[in-house]
Amino acid sequence: MKSRYSIFSIARNAMNFHKDWERAWRSPEPKAEYDAVIVGAGGHGLATAYYLAKNHKMTNIAIVEKGWLGGGNTGRNTTIIRSNYLQDSSIAIYELARSLYEGLSKELNYNVMFSPRGVLMLCQTEHELRAFKRTAHANRLAGLDCRMITPGEVKEIVPIINDDPACRYPILGAYYQPRGGTGRHDAVAWGYARGADSMGVDVIQNCEVTNIIREGGKVVGLATSRGVIKTKKVGVVTAGNVSGLMQRAGIRMPIESLCLQALVSEPIKPVLDCVVMANTVHGYISQSDKGELVIGGGTDPYNNYSQRGSFPSLEHTVTALVETFPIISRLRMLRLWGGIVDMTGDRSPIISKTDVEGLYVNCGWGTGGFKAIPGSGYVFADTIANDRPHKIAVPFGLSRFAEGRLIDESVAAAVAH
Amino acid sequence: MLLVHCPVCGAEGDETDFHGGGQAHVRRPATHDPANVGDAAQGEYLFMRHNARGLHFERWRCDRSCGKWFHAARDTVTMEFKAFYGITELPPRALMEAATGEWAAYFKDKLAAGKSS
Repeated sequence: MKSRYSIFSIARNAMNFHKDWERAWRSPEPKAEYDAVIVGAGGHGLATAYYLAKNHKMTNIAIVEKGWLGGGNTGRNTTIIRSNYLQDSSIAIYELARSLYEGLSKELNYNVMFSPRGVLMLCQTEHELRAFKRTAHANRLAGLDCRMITPGEVKEIVPIINDDPACRYPILGAYYQPRGGTGRHDAVAWGYARGADSMGVDVIQNCEVTNIIREGGKVVGLATSRGVIKTKKVGVVTAGNVSGLMQRAGIRMPIESLCLQALVSEPIKPVLDCVVMANTVHGYISQSDKGELVIGGGTDPYNNYSQRGSFPSLEHTVTALVETFPIISRLRMLRLWGGIVDMTGDRSPIISKTDVEGLYVNCGWGTGGFKAIPGSGYVFADTIANDRPHKIAVPFGLSRFAEGRLIDESVAAAVAH
Repeated sequence: MLLVHCPVCGAEGDETDFHGGGQAHVRRPATHDPANVGDAAQGEYLFMRHNARGLHFERWRCDRSCGKWFHAARDTVTMEFKAFYGITELPPRALMEAATGEWAAYFKDKLAAGKSS
């Protein structure tokens, strides 16, 4: 068991000029065989490994990662956490995740800086206003703490917003989830990695999976850049890179990999203490604790594995936000980056068993995966441990695409895609 | 910024002058094999996609000039276009031979039949 982080451990380590901190996780060599192996050490994979060990007592497991942990989309998102989706299946998983986030820092003994500062989704057309009212009713039936607010309340919560009723997209109201907010993305990955490691899970970085070895329709192991690892259960959680890996196991995926960009401005004094999403003009914004404005928008409209997005998408996002928040027009942008998101046809994720015995897949989180990390890991671990979908995961099976049983969040929900 | 060339009208422009239309050569079961239109085939047609890392084949539309759909071969890692060809055509033979994964499987019988644009 690892030593706990506390004010006393900080004081104790300060005496030694912080030279003797224990490593947060080991870097073990892969063993010859494990009970289960998770492929992909992003937030979802690490959470899966953590809950497999914690809830299902599977500690002889490993998580393998071709790069470094949390180096993909987990470290590239805009850290928004909310659960106000339209469909019941979506609400169930995103609200499980959001509620787990509330206690996560304490559970992991690692500060994930969950900040329920409120998420405010602007209504800038009559159509959008009606659509959000519908979502508000659906969410109220599901027991979510969300409500519609008036333009006056929006101005009170976000004083820097452009409330000119004559502008191209005036503020007609907003849909508000006060318990949504942001978190520290890296800390979520690191916290889960430390938690999993302390229960005996091997976190193996720089280990690329090159093939899923099968015998008679069953998984028997993984071929990796560091040798063959025998295992009877494999959970693939590789986001934008899922198609190629699953194809090696003979499974086609309903996924297209697109680039989604985000950017941050130079740090400024506090001007915005909640998350604002403007879906009509297509941009979302929050202010980090460092003072940077964190900005995201929509994906590029074509397949991309390069982690570099196109300039027109970026310009579109920034234009939209300058219209909505005129005071940011002269801010300089510090950094911008792209992540490869895995988009499904209905814009809902896939948490599923497959036709290959012992092979499970968790992907398709598209542009909104960060908010779902704890819930996704929780139900995927349960699915792997018991070899049947967790009740929240049932609607997210791969078979829905052949059955026409879509969870249509792409046009129905309050989601910026 | 992608620079695109329309093989129909010859227009050149950046990606904002064109519209990406997703994966090329998707076959509609009801057109090609009407006797076997089942849930699996229809699900495959609507949702399953080649998602090649590297050489990929896709549809584009010439939005601001002739308005016609056409095909393009593009590398999804380097973002470099390899060829533009007509909407009823197959890619140049060299590209069909260079294709990997699901694309290689798709072009296999076409190469064997000797069809090429």
